[in-house]
Amino acid sequence: MEQPGEGFDLHGYGNARRIPAIPDCCRIAEYEKEAMAVLTYLEAISRALWEEMERDPAVFLLGEDIGEYGGAFKVTRGFLQHFGEERVIDTPLSEAAIVGAATGAAIVGMRPVVEMQFADFVSCAFNQLVTNSAKIHYRWHLPVPMVVRLPAGGNIHGGPYHSANPEGWFLNVPGLKIVAPATPYDAKGLMKSAIRDDNPVLYLEYKYLYRRIKEEVPDADFVVPLGKGEVRRTGDDLVVFTYGPTVHTALEAAAVLSREDGVEVRVVDLRTLAPLDTQLILSSVRETGKVLILHEATLTGGIGGEIAALITEHAFQYLDAPIRRIGSLDTPVPFAPTLEEAFLPNLSRVVEAIRGLSRA
Amino acid sequence: MTTEPLKLYYYMKLARECDTAILRLYRQGKILGGAYTGTGNEATAVGSASVLEPRDYLFPLHRDLGAHLVKGQTLRNIFLQQLGRRDSLTGGRDGTGHYADPALRIYGNVSHLAAMIPVAVGAALAAKIRREDAVAISFIGDGGSNVGDFHEGLNMAAVLKLPFVLIIENNQYAYSTPASRQFAAKRLSDRAAGYGIPGVTIDGTDVLAVADACRLAVESARRGGGPSLIESVTMRMQGHSASDDAAYVPPALLEEWRKKDPIDRLERMLLAECVLTAERKAGMEAEIASAIRLAVGEAEANPYPPPGDAGLGVYA
Repeated sequence: MEQPGEGFDLHGYGNARRIPAIPDCCRIAEYEKEAMAVLTYLEAISRALWEEMERDPAVFLLGEDIGEYGGAFKVTRGFLQHFGEERVIDTPLSEAAIVGAATGAAIVGMRPVVEMQFADFVSCAFNQLVTNSAKIHYRWHLPVPMVVRLPAGGNIHGGPYHSANPEGWFLNVPGLKIVAPATPYDAKGLMKSAIRDDNPVLYLEYKYLYRRIKEEVPDADFVVPLGKGEVRRTGDDLVVFTYGPTVHTALEAAAVLSREDGVEVRVVDLRTLAPLDTQLILSSVRETGKVLILHEATLTGGIGGEIAALITEHAFQYLDAPIRRIGSLDTPVPFAPTLEEAFLPNLSRVVEAIRGLSRA
Repeated sequence: MTTEPLKLYYYMKLARECDTAILRLYRQGKILGGAYTGTGNEATAVGSASVLEPRDYLFPLHRDLGAHLVKGQTLRNIFLQQLGRRDSLTGGRDGTGHYADPALRIYGNVSHLAAMIPVAVGAALAAKIRREDAVAISFIGDGGSNVGDFHEGLNMAAVLKLPFVLIIENNQYAYSTPASRQFAAKRLSDRAAGYGIPGVTIDGTDVLAVADACRLAVESARRGGGPSLIESVTMRMQGHSASDDAAYVPPALLEEWRKKDPIDRLERMLLAECVLTAERKAGMEAEIASAIRLAVGEAEANPYPPPGDAGLGVYA
């Protein structure tokens, strides 16, 4: 896989205050000849939704402001005009009804894709997800093929209610799947897989990554399988398990450690949080012996604890040091930029942790 | 559709006898967990389901056993489900009426009241998108109608003009809480105005009145007229569940409602019109008793699901 700096546009990444506006995605003629396009993370999601809606008439969209307005982030711009109002539904402001209706439509054979305007608002639909969506297949042997898109994560001055990383709320609910792409390629491939999966899938799409990263994404119909992580950077001294925006932080940190300390860090992008790619996790531990788990979600109760327990249960003898975890501080997401910078797992915290671990 | 009075009478009696059998099995320790009856609610359950076509979606509540029966559910499946046995429609993974039977388009309730309303609305949405000419009908109680999902679901159905009918079974009590402590509205059907949809309050002890009101609502929904709200007023004649003796209900109130028993009401009318005779009634009762005995026997003979199955089937 690419090293950081190759194939990723990381202008200003790591400091939300100084991000310059990036130009619109440039569609260069050469790329089109090769049946590839340079897509931003957001465009990749859009492209996947569009292709899946063309492919399967059962796929339809519901959410607030997704039709006429094209979505708060413009992910669905142009969809209403092309697919019509029966397949792109502007709903009332009612997260519970939106998710509940999606569940109902799914159990009678449709394949709805719901947009929660911000991941934070999925809390309003929590009951529907955990009471209905998650439990129907186990009790009724009926598939619930629905996707809930969650614009997640901070570092965008969103404050406590527009910055959520809500995966921890749902990890303990059997029946839900959770995916978290970190690249445009995976954003497209995982969205396709999520839509084609017959289970309720929570799809975390990171607002911070929407327009900040772009890469070549094939035009062809490809899927990224659920439940499989990806090694983003090889290295045998230490492994970082991470997902979402912190994959890029980890890659930057790995570059620093390689350059300054001669330490080679393996970066594993988990991509799916439920079900976890336990095979990849355990083999990476066997091959490196030192583990850092990194996520933007707050630390306590985050998936880091689950992964750490998994590793100690199944690969304890391969550990050369205690497992370390980094997450955001255990606080609501603060608004003032100085506070949020302290809150988030920033590059220096990650470098320091990896350095410490490498010397342990 | 099964709206002939004699058939409605039969189904109401069947529902009541099933409920009686369920209570008995619970007290014998054979049905575990809890047991809920719909005694007094038979007219609402049977009358409403009687106007549905096989392609319509039924989302019943826990006192609507009569609706399951009218829609075509077998006694065997009902008792297997209550007893939590291996061959039940949930494989023993859930109890009471919490099952789904897609072939009959029955999607049972869950314990979180009003949570199935948005789901039923979703079925109606799918029906509309697919131009199915199907209607989704759901139920909620006087207590459950105060949960947020009631409001969100009904409002969504109204604004999207979905083929959906919601029946509030106002049986005066939500567990131990009387209606006077559940809502300040004079009539629950008045809420319909808030959603811009028709709302009507009807006598829930009159199965023919229930059938008439539901027929109008369902046909209107089918023609693209959007949802309706029906408030069916009855009385919960037994406790909330088998473990509730309902001592908080004034005996005089129960006595007053006993005189309006939905089955007795229809029976008097059918006897007077000579549609029903004493012999026919006796024959019906014997048939019902025997059918229930057979179904219970079959269900009790079915084993519990094997422990090894516990971890399976979380995902499709």
